[in-house]
Amino acid sequence: MSKKLTVSPSPHVRSKETTTGIMLDVIIALIPALIMSAYYFGLRALLLTAVCVGSAVLSEYVCRRVMKRNNTLGDLSAVVTGLILALNLPSSLPLWMGALGSIIAIVVVKQMFGGIGQNFVNPAMTARIILMVSFPTAMAHWVAPFAGSWSPDAVTAATPMAVLAGVQGGDVSAVADSLPSLTGMLFGVHGGSMGEVCSLALIAGGLYLIIRKVISPIIPLCFIGTVAVFMLIAGGGSLEFTAYQLLGGGLMLGAFFMATDYSTSPLNKKGKIIFGIGCGLITSIIRIFGSLPEGVSFSIILMNILVPHIENLTTPKPFGYVKEKKGGKAE
Amino acid sequence: MSKRLDGVLTAVKRGRGGVAVAHNKNTADMPVERLPIPGKVVISMQQHIGVPCTPVVKVGDEVAVGQVIGDSDKFISAPIHATVSGRVTAVGDIKLANGIITKGITIESDGEMRLYEGIKPPVVTNKKELCEAVRASGVVGLGGAGFPTHVKFNLPDDSKVDTLIINAAECEPYITVDYRECIDNTKYIIKGVELLRDICGFKQIIIAIEDNKPQAFKDLKAFADSDNDADDTIKLMTLKSRYPQGAEKMMVLSATGRKVPPGKLPSDVGCVVINVASLAFIARYVETGKPLVSRSITVDGSAIKEPKNLRVPIGTNIQDIIDYCGGFKSEPRKILSGGPMMGIAICDTNAPICKQNNAILAFADRKDLIKTERECIRCGRCVDVCPMSLMPTLIERYARVKDAEKLNDIGVMVCMECGSCAYACPSGRPLVQYMRLAKQVVREGGKK
Repeated sequence: MSKKLTVSPSPHVRSKETTTGIMLDVIIALIPALIMSAYYFGLRALLLTAVCVGSAVLSEYVCRRVMKRNNTLGDLSAVVTGLILALNLPSSLPLWMGALGSIIAIVVVKQMFGGIGQNFVNPAMTARIILMVSFPTAMAHWVAPFAGSWSPDAVTAATPMAVLAGVQGGDVSAVADSLPSLTGMLFGVHGGSMGEVCSLALIAGGLYLIIRKVISPIIPLCFIGTVAVFMLIAGGGSLEFTAYQLLGGGLMLGAFFMATDYSTSPLNKKGKIIFGIGCGLITSIIRIFGSLPEGVSFSIILMNILVPHIENLTTPKPFGYVKEKKGGKAE
Repeated sequence: MSKRLDGVLTAVKRGRGGVAVAHNKNTADMPVERLPIPGKVVISMQQHIGVPCTPVVKVGDEVAVGQVIGDSDKFISAPIHATVSGRVTAVGDIKLANGIITKGITIESDGEMRLYEGIKPPVVTNKKELCEAVRASGVVGLGGAGFPTHVKFNLPDDSKVDTLIINAAECEPYITVDYRECIDNTKYIIKGVELLRDICGFKQIIIAIEDNKPQAFKDLKAFADSDNDADDTIKLMTLKSRYPQGAEKMMVLSATGRKVPPGKLPSDVGCVVINVASLAFIARYVETGKPLVSRSITVDGSAIKEPKNLRVPIGTNIQDIIDYCGGFKSEPRKILSGGPMMGIAICDTNAPICKQNNAILAFADRKDLIKTERECIRCGRCVDVCPMSLMPTLIERYARVKDAEKLNDIGVMVCMECGSCAYACPSGRPLVQYMRLAKQVVREGGKK
């Protein structure tokens, strides 16, 4: 034998799944939402997305270089972060703000905590919140669909969430004039951030990820389910109010794409259930009782922080584990 | 006509996790061929879990097939026999396929395969005699683990063991020798089952087989349905093929719904699990008295010219076996002793076959075998697939910081190194290696 044999620990076969493949699946799943945002908000939406993705990739590259770490662009996670951040922004946002958001997400939230898999909060979500607090006006400048977002004074529209915040006791008929129809909500013909408006595209993307087994359905189901139950109660049983609550705001985007972020959600099933219900509860509480119209971002960030504790509480017992009997030794 | 209906069970309880590994049972239709008598054999004194044997022959001795050449007075050990007839030419250190140096005996074959005169069928009428006979036969778990089989039958009279499980799952990819055993040696499997039933009085005997082995299933079913088993103790059980179905604890769970607690043996929950080839061997031994001197192995993989199932004398050089299979058709980059999930990558083919080797696999392309290692993304796949309900990614973290207490808490010692976690890991992390490190950390008590 001329060449030496490879010696490595078992197993000697590996599944075909790779980190890059998983990230690529997430990108594919987000494409319908991206197309819809381009359809409603024009090319400005695509430009802002390109800026966000570009600056995320660039800052990841530069950051790894400066920190003298290996180049991790190949795993495509920076692309995903940039893309998700962009979909969380209003289409009229100044481009430099988008770029700043990406830099915060990658450099501060992700790389400073050790890079992929190590961040304790969702980078895109955190960047969005920082932008929201820093530039409240620009971050709440919701351009109406088809109004074009190039001009800073394009027609704006209140988001359904802002309208719903004024609703008392689940009676949507009082504000019916300022709300789009439920079909409109499903297709996304209303104001909002670029990627969150079209619930249909998001659900399609989410289903794709579930079918491809990239994400487990537990978190989205528990998240959306909890919001549904809470809103049904808060709306006095009004199905219409509940439907608006589910389709409005960032719930679908958050539940399928951000709450399921691997690094910042629990590893095991029980933990995922607690995490999903927690997200749903906090979202609902903020929406109903808070002064903010929307609570998805905050709920996910808050639950992200709790993940280590949830995991400690839900670590599964190893196979065949027998509980210690009281007053005696373990069997 | 037999009144028992199909007599086919399905798993009482399915284990969690596991992975769907490509079966690649390419050699399933190849009956076991006999390898021509090798010129010499190198027989290791450590071919089982437990205490190594001490050589009882010296250089120059004439030995015959089946003659004891190594033995130990310790219980967890199994005697070693000459596998060819001829002259002992060396007794001393040898290197095994996995790189371990141990004592070994080299026998130059005279090509006659003369049987040792002392060989006679043992008398087996009770459990004690069975246990002694099984020990004398030198048999160890032929499925790959190499645990001395007689230890499993050392049951006290008041033992609560009621179930015998015959493991024919063979969940490792590529390997087909147990499958061939079921088809080619059905007779001895049946004899073995009946022998153990009569001697040990098991209340139920379950032959467990994965559903991707139709012919073996058919042959065994005919037996499970037969009238020889009047009180219906013998049942056939099909399992959905999923790795690591054949692992002992998984088997016990599937067959009886019982869970073997950490650090315990199947007998603690009333079960004995035995590999199907070991069982057939015991039946043959009781009939002929000829100890374990050869075994079946699968030779396969993308670099092997003519994949085969072979019956080889123990101690045969691995290179001789590969040469008999036409040699390499392309440059081998990785050669495995055992299956691809739990087998050992060997560094040299100039090493002998041991009792527990069930396959030699040679692969040409490293691409199939190695994945780029990236950072853990906490996707949780390792947690989902772990049949032992462990969290491999956390174990990796704690192993790196040598936190023995935490590692023990999350149960790393239960890990059987089946490799499901590393198989499923999209980041290509060497998780099994970390599991081994973690166990080492626990054994040593962690940070010093």
